[in-house]
Amino acid sequence: MSTVTSIPPRTRRNVELALLLLAICIVLVAYVNVGLATSGGSLPPDLLTYGVGLLVITGAFHLVLRWRASYADPLLLPIVTLLNGLGLVMIHRLDIAHSRDISEGLATRQLMWSALSVILAALVIVFLRDHRHLARYTFSMMAAGLVLLLLPLLPLIGSQVNGSNIWIQIGPLSFQPGEVAKILLTIFFAGYLVQTRDALALVGRRVLGLPLPRARDLGPILIAWLASLGVLVFERDLGSSLLFFGLFVSMLYVATERRSWIAIGLILFGGGAYLAYLMFGHVQERVLLWLHPFSDAALKVSDQLVLGLEGMGAGGLFGSGLGRGHPDLTYFAESDFIFPSFAEELGLIGAMALLLLYALLVERGLRTAIGARDGFGKLLATGLSFSVALQCFVVVGGVTRVIPLTGLTMPFLSQGGSSLLANWTIVALLLRISDQARRPAPQAADPGGLGRDDTRVVKTR
Amino acid sequence: MSELTVTVIRLGLLALLWAFVFSVVGVLRGDLYGTRVVSRSTKQSRAQETPRPAKPPRAIRRGPTNITVIEGSLRGTTLPLTDAGLLIGRNPECTLVLGDDFASGRHVRIYRRDDGWYADDLGSTNGTWLGNQRIGEGARLDVGSRLRIGRTVIELRK
Repeated sequence: MSTVTSIPPRTRRNVELALLLLAICIVLVAYVNVGLATSGGSLPPDLLTYGVGLLVITGAFHLVLRWRASYADPLLLPIVTLLNGLGLVMIHRLDIAHSRDISEGLATRQLMWSALSVILAALVIVFLRDHRHLARYTFSMMAAGLVLLLLPLLPLIGSQVNGSNIWIQIGPLSFQPGEVAKILLTIFFAGYLVQTRDALALVGRRVLGLPLPRARDLGPILIAWLASLGVLVFERDLGSSLLFFGLFVSMLYVATERRSWIAIGLILFGGGAYLAYLMFGHVQERVLLWLHPFSDAALKVSDQLVLGLEGMGAGGLFGSGLGRGHPDLTYFAESDFIFPSFAEELGLIGAMALLLLYALLVERGLRTAIGARDGFGKLLATGLSFSVALQCFVVVGGVTRVIPLTGLTMPFLSQGGSSLLANWTIVALLLRISDQARRPAPQAADPGGLGRDDTRVVKTR
Repeated sequence: MSELTVTVIRLGLLALLWAFVFSVVGVLRGDLYGTRVVSRSTKQSRAQETPRPAKPPRAIRRGPTNITVIEGSLRGTTLPLTDAGLLIGRNPECTLVLGDDFASGRHVRIYRRDDGWYADDLGSTNGTWLGNQRIGEGARLDVGSRLRIGRTVIELRK
């Protein structure tokens, strides 16, 4: 006789530690590479300091996981550490190219923000013992998220940077509230859809073979559509607009398993985007830059996209090597255009490895969603990982001319404190959900008792 | 340091990156194999095994040799059809223990007669379905027959 059992879950924290050490090694090798290539052949003097610092920060987070979330997914932390570290190295490399001093360079600030983000993520793990507690604050999350989204439009603290109204400025501190709003709205969508998925999934009638929902169930998707269009029009931020709407439609689809939502969403977004194209000059500019970047009219507007494309072309298959290319020629090479910077210096091979790392990160998130035992956790994990995926698609698609270029940051790689904080929090939430998902279920009753009874057939009807 | 060092480090970095990707993939391979079949036979029963039994009749040799779960939480699991027959249900004593809320404790029995394989429904609450017919006792099974038990579908294969 044989039985089928599932393999007993293991914590795999040691695997995580090993991979974490490998990730730190890779980051240090990249750092040494930059030092050797730019300073004429001497090892960077602060190599040991940075190495130990990185080890202490991420090692502490690893210990927090052992303490509070021992069954959490073992792959998320190493992948994220590697991405964050490589981003730091690239920003440091661009600091050198712009001959910024190390004390006032962007890399030092990025390092501070990284440390802060890891601490915040650790606090989330420590204090949020169960992700289901978040479901209690569904509508507060919505209110907070919408307020954060609209903050940059307020006259005193909102500030316009590079044509987009997505920043707030309080004294010397500037912050992009949209990044945090992303998480809050994901929590809201998950909580809301868990409550209403049955109505959305089951009620409705078929039109042309497509099951359409009732008119009043269309309300939320219309509100989400209007909000994202509002972001597009008033904050002039195409990327965030696409991100929020895509997130909502995908979560709606996952919650209800009805393809009609995707069709409705695509039609609405296509129509809205076309209207915006007809009505607003800055959208037309983006489309021109996307379709004809090498034309004279487009080059008069901006040659940023062209510089990025040329950079990636110069990198070729193996790349020019860290410190040997010229990614600093592109504007915003350390934030929006960090992916072309990597593609130039690490080549197609390195860029593909980076994309695979993101794919693996998202895969772990979706796997967590499959394993989660409660609907809220499933939807939350799906939404969080999908938001990372969509953001990568929008950024990489933008710089490689698949879609119009928009101003979003590459998660973990790009320079920017708010983005780092938000993405580390996303990882902390995913780790918390995966801990619940992979933890063996508490045994409700002694299963041995049944087997010891005399065998008999019990009629229950 | 020479140009050679820089080149070696640069290519080494790419190699390390891919090594990392592959080690991550290696770890998550475990996800694909979520279940395993554990043999329950003890040493004693193995020792008492009689010498090789007579060749099974033609109908058995031609018939199905194993069952595969094609729908439900255990999807992908394959079990051999042995002479002792199979008991399927939610009780831990069953050969195939289903984690299916719509299955009964002892749901269905699959056993061998001289002319082939048969299934008995053991008075389950939600019934056992062969195609679109609810079976009682002595339902004949052939290669390709599909048994639906709750949310689980089992196919007989050769």
